[in-house]
Amino acid sequence: MDQFEPKIVAFVCNWCTYAGADLTGTSRLKYAHNVRIIRFPCTGRIDFLLLQQAFAKGADGIIVSGCHPNDCHYTSGNFHARRRWMVFRQMLENMGVEAERIVFSWVSAAEGAKWADLVNETVESIKKLGPYHKYQDMAKSLEEWEVTHE
Amino acid sequence: MNKLKEKAKELLSSGAVQVVVGYEEGTGGKIRPAFVSRPEDADKLLYNADCHHNLALYLYKHETKRIGKMAVVAPPFVLRSILILTTEFQLEEDSLVVLGVTPEEELIEFANFKEIETWVNQHPIGMKEKDREMLNRLNAMSRDERWQFWQNEFSKCIKCFACRGTCPMCSCFRCTVDYNAPQWISVGSHQLGNFDWHLMRAMHLAGRCSVCGQCGEACPMDIPVHLLSFQINEDIFKMFGSRAGLTLKKESLLSTWKSNDVENFIR
Amino acid sequence: MKLIKKEDLPGLYGYLASAGKKIFAPVRKNGMVSFSFTSAFEEIEMSYIQTKLSAKAAAFPKIEKLMKYTIQKEGQSYEPYDVEKFPGIVVWGAHPCDAAAFHPLNAVFTWETHDKYFTRRMENLLIIGLSCTSHDEFCFCTSVGVHPGDTKGSDIQLTPLPGGDYLAEIITTKGEAVAAAVPALFSPAPGLNKEELVTSVEKRFDHEALHAKINGMFDHPVWKEQALRCIGCGACTYVCPICSCFDIQDEGGIFGGLRYRCWDSCGFGHFTIHTSGHNPRESQDTRWRQRLMHKFSYQPQRQEVFGCVGCGRCSRNCPVDMNISEHLTQIMAV
Repeated sequence: MDQFEPKIVAFVCNWCTYAGADLTGTSRLKYAHNVRIIRFPCTGRIDFLLLQQAFAKGADGIIVSGCHPNDCHYTSGNFHARRRWMVFRQMLENMGVEAERIVFSWVSAAEGAKWADLVNETVESIKKLGPYHKYQDMAKSLEEWEVTHE
Repeated sequence: MNKLKEKAKELLSSGAVQVVVGYEEGTGGKIRPAFVSRPEDADKLLYNADCHHNLALYLYKHETKRIGKMAVVAPPFVLRSILILTTEFQLEEDSLVVLGVTPEEELIEFANFKEIETWVNQHPIGMKEKDREMLNRLNAMSRDERWQFWQNEFSKCIKCFACRGTCPMCSCFRCTVDYNAPQWISVGSHQLGNFDWHLMRAMHLAGRCSVCGQCGEACPMDIPVHLLSFQINEDIFKMFGSRAGLTLKKESLLSTWKSNDVENFIR
Repeated sequence: MKLIKKEDLPGLYGYLASAGKKIFAPVRKNGMVSFSFTSAFEEIEMSYIQTKLSAKAAAFPKIEKLMKYTIQKEGQSYEPYDVEKFPGIVVWGAHPCDAAAFHPLNAVFTWETHDKYFTRRMENLLIIGLSCTSHDEFCFCTSVGVHPGDTKGSDIQLTPLPGGDYLAEIITTKGEAVAAAVPALFSPAPGLNKEELVTSVEKRFDHEALHAKINGMFDHPVWKEQALRCIGCGACTYVCPICSCFDIQDEGGIFGGLRYRCWDSCGFGHFTIHTSGHNPRESQDTRWRQRLMHKFSYQPQRQEVFGCVGCGRCSRNCPVDMNISEHLTQIMAV
């Protein structure tokens, strides 16, 4: 059997983590290839609905990363984001979603090595958790919906 | 509640307000919102512990605002909602006469919203016993059991949006669920569409919920949607030490931040 | 008129199930009775006043998948769902209001265009009606031309007898075919007056008189007054056995997906909003007016059916007690 290769979506901010990931590349650091990076102007812009969409479209894990506190290009976007994630993560717990599949991190533009570690560690942990069938099955509900299921 | 009726009559006959939003007896033993605009109709107003509708809902609707100045019969959860709506720029103090009613069914008049703020801080709202029990049950569950609980509940959902319609905090002219470019939430009432809707709704109410429980009351399919808001309300109190609807300060939980917010999960 | 003993009902159920029919019947669970697909006769609740949702989902489900589509470099393709594969559905134990409701529903879906999904489900539908022996204060069928013992819409109609057995009326050829397949279950009926067995629902207004009156009430101030407490949700629409508005949605990814239709409601503020932002029904009273005018003015005018069978579900389930019969009675009085 093929080893499970998780699909990870990374939502990162333009100014710190994206630049940090760039540095990982220019530093010739190798890291797991399971991650698809989506660049945002700021972590403050990362709506929780995007994370819902990522799971619904088949992601097994999610990375959300941006500038360290006090380093935000827009002064406070990451502080707003931090509060939102504190509440969102708790909400997911309350609804029974596996919140540890979302990994939050601060990675600066100088932390190319941290980015590589973050991705590698996330891939390892999601591999242990396995595919997120529960959420993905729910997402297939329309495809499989039959009138007689009512 | 004769005092309430008298006060309503007085406000209407003096022309101080054009309509009193309150409660009346409905059909089949139900209580329902009432709109009284003639002094002689004020006798149908009532208040008791069964009055669960959150009347703050009507205070910013253009359909009711066009009648003229309003007075509202306000149990504690309506008072809290009024404060939240004020901090969100949905209500103005001089547009409204607030007829507070206590759980002991006494009338209290407020000279201004500042007095409401003081009163609600002195009179915390307790959770109903059955809601407390349900929250304890949910908390005692494993995460998988909670997932299954909510999946079962949401499978009943027909997306009638009564939970949204009845909530004063759902004051958006256009709800996220009504947008189709991009389409965040499926329109159809299938399992994912229902789940996404309830998660989105609960998140958009986090830190803004007056804990009236009316969303759960309104649900025709008896889904206890209010428990999502009740639980996160408790969690938010633990994390940030604040509850919604207790202050006139314009500092809604998720539109403000502190540099020393404490979390333990960001690497 | 025949008799079917209560111990023979499972036999009837068994025959229909063995003939490959899916049986959609009132089931009591989570503290409410609702029409559900059943797998055993024992699941069925035969004594109920009104179900939460109506039986309309048997022909007009909350989601009806229409087609699959793919978008490829080579071009686009689509594949409609095969209506020939739709299962035969038996609506078991529908009260006369629910059975009668399929007629106005059918009038919408066969008006000008014959909707192939709906008509196929209707062709495959068998309705076993159940006369009412009880009602509550929300029931007002007699005011809109339906009677608690009506057989209209049913293929076979059961009327409960005090001892637990049922009178069985075989109404249509579909019903006859079923009765002919299991003749042993039916015996000659004792001489009984069915009228005395069914409940009697007070008539509050006359629907023909209402129709004549409401036609001219478009600009009447009563709508504004009645709709003040309406919260603009879709609960009344979705529990209604006749409301037939739907939305069509495409869902999928870059390379394909599927198209379905799902219930929609005229109560929603955005139901009629235009791309420009203009909304012809900009306030809740105009939406409430639409709901009542559609049922009691437009549908009778255009399709010669009334859009209401008096089941009372909208009133029972309304979060703010917008009681339809109370409002209609008021309209007759203004």
